[in-house]
Amino acid sequence: MEEVKEIRLPRIGEPAPDFEALTTHVRVKLEDFKGGWLVLFSHPADFTPVCTTEFIAFAEIYPELQKRGAELLGLSVDSISSHIAWVRNIEEKTGMKIPFPIIADLNKEVSTAYGMIHPGESKTETVRCVFIIDPKQIIRAILYYPLTTGRNMQEILRIIDALQTTDEYKVATPANWKPGDKVVVPPPSTQEMAEERVKQKEYECMDWYLCKKKL
Amino acid sequence: MACISTDGTLTESGTMMFRVLNSGPVSPEEIAQKTGLPMYRVRGGLRDLVPVGYVIQKGDKYQLTEKGAALIK
Repeated sequence: MEEVKEIRLPRIGEPAPDFEALTTHVRVKLEDFKGGWLVLFSHPADFTPVCTTEFIAFAEIYPELQKRGAELLGLSVDSISSHIAWVRNIEEKTGMKIPFPIIADLNKEVSTAYGMIHPGESKTETVRCVFIIDPKQIIRAILYYPLTTGRNMQEILRIIDALQTTDEYKVATPANWKPGDKVVVPPPSTQEMAEERVKQKEYECMDWYLCKKKL
Repeated sequence: MACISTDGTLTESGTMMFRVLNSGPVSPEEIAQKTGLPMYRVRGGLRDLVPVGYVIQKGDKYQLTEKGAALIK
């Protein structure tokens, strides 16, 4: 009887699955990115239209990611030669140099470990995943997009801004938050604290459980 | 190997790393700071260079061997 191997998808708050992989820059291990933020993303295939628009967009936000101490690492199941030919073609046609490395995951080891292949979408290609991994190599956010929908780069930057703000100030961020907006103060955990919270002048409270403040 | 081309000469980023490594034992962080290369590139490059004898590791620091130094002469 054929053994069915269950693949467990990575989850937020867990250590990112370890890997060693060949990229267009150098052979890398996950630990090589330790100490900084990492945006690991997969794309379905080289020389495809939506992926090309995404790569240009990723290259455009790369300086902004660097300001936030984050590196970008792409991945698809194409070969190194294919990746090199594609990024050279993008540069030749658009003038945009792709400054980040891309994993050639021909044996699908990394894409399997990260649950990047969703057979309902494609049995052979990776879907559009984004894993935001923190300096301690904990997965802090995961995005999955279908093959037909290009990603929103500003949302990736916004998530990193929100996570870094949360880590630094021990606060949460409300819907559609962007840097400079008020942040959410952690809710009180006792009745006494709830009563005190609504009296605190420095907070803007809708009620005891939803208070915001300026940083 | 990212630092050394198939013809045995140093790549542009390899030359940058070798120049810093030639100045004495240095940490990956110092190499990244002095070359402007990202940390993953420095760490991955060093991992390639040690087994082939161009670089030796002493604790947390790295330096060129004679074989490595010969490449930048």
